Amino acid sequence: MTQTQVRDTGGRPVLVIGGGIAGVTTAVEAAEAGCDVILVEKLPYLGGRVARLFRYFPKLCPPGCGLEINFRRIKINPRITVLTQATVDDISGSPGDFQATITVAPRFVTDACTLCDKCAEVCPVERPDDFNLDMDRTRAAYLPHRLAYPPLYVIDRVACPSGCTACRDACAYGAIDLTQQPARRTVKVAAVVAATGWAPYDATKIDNLGFGRYPNVVTNVMLERLAAPDGPTRGRILRPSDGQPPASIAFVQCAGSRDENHLPYCSAVCCAASLKHVTYLRDVYPEARITIFYIDLRTPGRLEDFLQKVTADERLTLIKGKVAGVEEDPATHDLMVTAEDVMGGRKITQTVNLLVLATGIVPQTDGLPAGFALDEYRFVAHSNGGTGMFAAGCVTRPEEVSATVQDATGAALKALQAVVRSAHHG
Amino acid sequence: MAKSPGVYICSGCSIGESIDVPKLAKVAESEFKVPRCQVHPVLCNPEGVELIRKDLADGAIDGVVIAACSPRVKTDAFAFDPTVVLDRVNLREHVAWCQKPNDEDTQMMAEDYLRMGIVKAQKSEPLEPMHDEISRKILVVGGGVTGLTAALEGANAGYEVVLVEKDSRLGGFVSTLKKRFPTAPPYTELTVDGVAAQIESVSYHPKIEVLTSAKILKTSGQPGMFDVTIATGAGEMKTRVGSIVLATGWKPYDATKLGHLGYGLSPDVVTNVEFERMAAGGPIARPSDGKAVESVLFVQCAGSRDKDHLPYCSSVCCMASLKHAAYVHEQNPDAAVYIVYKDIRTPGQYERFYRAAQDHPLNFLTKGEVVGVEKADSGALAVTVKDTLLDERIRIEVGLVVLATGMVPNAADGVAIRAVKDARATLARADATEPQKVDARNKIETLAHHEGTEILQLTYRQGPDLPAFRYGFPDSHFVCFPYETRRTGIYAAGAVRSPMDAARAQEDAAGAMLKAIQSVELEAAGAAVHPRAGDLSFPSFFLQRCTQCKRCTEECPFGTLDEDVKGTPQLNAFRCRRCGVCMGACPERIISFKNYSVEIIASMIKAIEVPEEEDEKPRVLVFMCENDAYPALDVAGLNRVQYDPSVRVIPLRCLGSLNIVWIADALSGGIDGVMLVGCKYGDDYQCHYMQGSELANRRLENVKETLQRLQLESERIQLTQLAINEYDRLPGLINGFVERIRELGPNPYKGF
Repeated sequence: MTQTQVRDTGGRPVLVIGGGIAGVTTAVEAAEAGCDVILVEKLPYLGGRVARLFRYFPKLCPPGCGLEINFRRIKINPRITVLTQATVDDISGSPGDFQATITVAPRFVTDACTLCDKCAEVCPVERPDDFNLDMDRTRAAYLPHRLAYPPLYVIDRVACPSGCTACRDACAYGAIDLTQQPARRTVKVAAVVAATGWAPYDATKIDNLGFGRYPNVVTNVMLERLAAPDGPTRGRILRPSDGQPPASIAFVQCAGSRDENHLPYCSAVCCAASLKHVTYLRDVYPEARITIFYIDLRTPGRLEDFLQKVTADERLTLIKGKVAGVEEDPATHDLMVTAEDVMGGRKITQTVNLLVLATGIVPQTDGLPAGFALDEYRFVAHSNGGTGMFAAGCVTRPEEVSATVQDATGAALKALQAVVRSAHHG
Repeated sequence: MAKSPGVYICSGCSIGESIDVPKLAKVAESEFKVPRCQVHPVLCNPEGVELIRKDLADGAIDGVVIAACSPRVKTDAFAFDPTVVLDRVNLREHVAWCQKPNDEDTQMMAEDYLRMGIVKAQKSEPLEPMHDEISRKILVVGGGVTGLTAALEGANAGYEVVLVEKDSRLGGFVSTLKKRFPTAPPYTELTVDGVAAQIESVSYHPKIEVLTSAKILKTSGQPGMFDVTIATGAGEMKTRVGSIVLATGWKPYDATKLGHLGYGLSPDVVTNVEFERMAAGGPIARPSDGKAVESVLFVQCAGSRDKDHLPYCSSVCCMASLKHAAYVHEQNPDAAVYIVYKDIRTPGQYERFYRAAQDHPLNFLTKGEVVGVEKADSGALAVTVKDTLLDERIRIEVGLVVLATGMVPNAADGVAIRAVKDARATLARADATEPQKVDARNKIETLAHHEGTEILQLTYRQGPDLPAFRYGFPDSHFVCFPYETRRTGIYAAGAVRSPMDAARAQEDAAGAMLKAIQSVELEAAGAAVHPRAGDLSFPSFFLQRCTQCKRCTEECPFGTLDEDVKGTPQLNAFRCRRCGVCMGACPERIISFKNYSVEIIASMIKAIEVPEEEDEKPRVLVFMCENDAYPALDVAGLNRVQYDPSVRVIPLRCLGSLNIVWIADALSGGIDGVMLVGCKYGDDYQCHYMQGSELANRRLENVKETLQRLQLESERIQLTQLAINEYDRLPGLINGFVERIRELGPNPYKGF
């Protein structure tokens, strides 16, 4: 395809913090409307949490499809500067005239990288694969994932044996520079958009559900990786304790969400996500017995169709009730789930091979530079547009991908307004 | 045309260890006599790129063929002037990394790919952006909270806006509200900010022209130059706009259809919208006798989540009833409030408001189903609630019943309206056959209610409004692209697009306005909008050979083409999204892009050297969707998975651009089989041009009949649906297909 320039606003760039679906969307949408954009991502690749999803609900389509389109939009658009392994340390100034300090951590691999894989081949050590939530391992010289953008390897120096230069010596393209240092740069920008997304709620804090103590209690985000063809079980969804296929699986909805002791809000996506996970399991295990323990099933709008479709499954049981506790049978590592069955008016216990906690969404606002107003749950509070600092996606509220993209597109407009104003007022 | 493309072969990344590169270069030099053919060990490094730049600067070449890695990588290194013809031959992912090194078959594959690339470059013409007088004014249809927000947001970005509202005043539904849902921590307090301030800002904004009591009579033209005729109180006016935001909102579900829930039984059974009006108008009183309300029962999902009414969830009614419960208690702290629900849906921070409502001692929330509403002897209403699991029934007597009715989009289904019009035309035709007439009558019966609902009044061949998505919402089908629309330059926002509350609608308005702005800016640059954003190519039609078959005008997913009276297509290039579906549809092969045409692909097919039958080397042509299947094959290469060397892959913009003449060309040229790998189709289709792979499949059905007449097995052609993350499956699918082709034996037309 061909590079195109739309009209020049003449304004300063937009700084987008976070390169997940919210940040990528804000960046491409703003750039295609005429803004220059600096997109800052702390990981070595773009795509954030969605890149680690196997499929989207309700269409069950792969996130890589939309990401591929967005990456192509980035590749052909000279207005977008992507900085990976980068963080924004500080923002000063005023709307239209911000000064932002960015630190770019060394990748130790330059743009000369060709993806030839020699570095990984010769690398003598392994590290936990954070893309697979540490359920797998990669070499210290690695490509974050198969469809990664930017398409460049990265070296995890923390994992490197001291003095080892095997990768550098093996690289025929001189693409490895083990002497790289963190680089600081200061940029002038018209607007800042926080799109730092979310992290799953730390399930070890939900003491009664056994996560961290019992190997076969996993979280919903782990299940995404277990179901993915490039995940730790190559899509086969095996029990962590023994690598065996589970014959019975239960889901605990609101694991931490809607709970005064944990997250007092509803995480909005976990109901539809668990229904989606039922489809993952059904694809691999047509006979498995699946139970969902829930408080309310929240599938707004046309997601109702998805709810109807998935719950037509005869081997799926829905139980309205909160799970009170989980015990493990130490011999089999099976899990005994005790719950109150609200509609039945009784207490029930069920034994399953695998338990999935539908953990919720925690806004990732810890690393955000000062200037963003946070609410009591640490979501970025909504701004009315006068501040030049905006937010998009799950950092503002728990929401699904399409709502995030909608949000991000709106944030691109707020940013465009600030850019246009900066052009007029110098 | 790039008559003299230069060829640049990279021998790095094990290409040189796998392929005899000097021999490969001979193909370019001897067979094609290209003016330059250079080999470089690392073509993507600055020295390698400089070779190309220098030849371009010297005028030694007028196009570039890079035989190296996948076109998906090293895009920065190989970025030349966009008007230079450039082709990337994928020697690395699609040959060196997935084939046996230094093998005769591997070499043949590399040589074929190079031939195909050179031919493609030779046949491609440099692109020139199409320029025209583009209006940057934006039309917003609907003056409710969504439209007001869209108008203000657009105007504040410097764009002129025309706001059209059918009512005599602005503000829509939100202006009738007593209070709104909480939008800020602690999310337990209702807010009173209506839309008055927004109405004032819009009314005095120098960039916004407001037309109330206005109706669109006609919208003709295309993005960048829509000519809109609007009837207002002051008469008709015309305006030219570049893009459109459709913000026509919603209407409550017709409660007269909810007799089973007591609507119509008593004036004391009201809808949530009626209740809101009662509350906004003053103290809430029982409509029947004007007495104060001591007890209320809210029936959730009244008509929603109900296959006999609205199958979807209307998303806002749970919050609305909780808000209404607060109204009741504000007025009468001792009133009993019952809410009967299926699930309470208060996502995100709205959970806090629900929690606060639960804490009120006189709010009784219960999961169940209302199975009957009757008048009790006391003059109250008796509601029977069924506990869905235990099948217990409870009877509750209350003074007022509120039905939480749902949202229906204020939309028009352009495609349905067009279908009715076509059906009427069929009935009027003297030569219509009986089955055609039956079909037409059925269509009229099921779709006639759409007539008269027109909003935009587009003069498009495919109908006067956006096509409806499920349940009548003109929404996007795509999770990652909520503003993907089937009518370029027209974006729906707010409750017309999907059930949503006012706060959400305001955010949606900003998003839709950004897309409207982006559309005019990209069109002004002569470039396509999403998903081929930035593409400068556009189709041209050699109309002298057109047979008026109308396939292109019917199959274009975006309504790009209109028809004159004879049925000849009329191009509206700014509506075009460059997918090439028209090109695939055309039996006369008269539709072409400068860098993508029936002839270019046909020449690439012809460039494949087909071995003689006795060589026992089959050749299989594989057409792939360039966004999903092609990257999946790249990953197979990245994973060094080997697959059969008989295949030759040609990426297509969309499988919908597949012209069946290519299959005929391939088979008559001795190719043994043709495989198509495209996106999933059906209800949850993944094609970003809607029906690409499905259209291709339909065209294949026709080809298969032809094959049978030629005594060729129809299994020689196969379409496979594949998602981008199914790269582990792809080599096996390819091998399986080639295996079947081997079993069928060589194409009998080989050598003819």
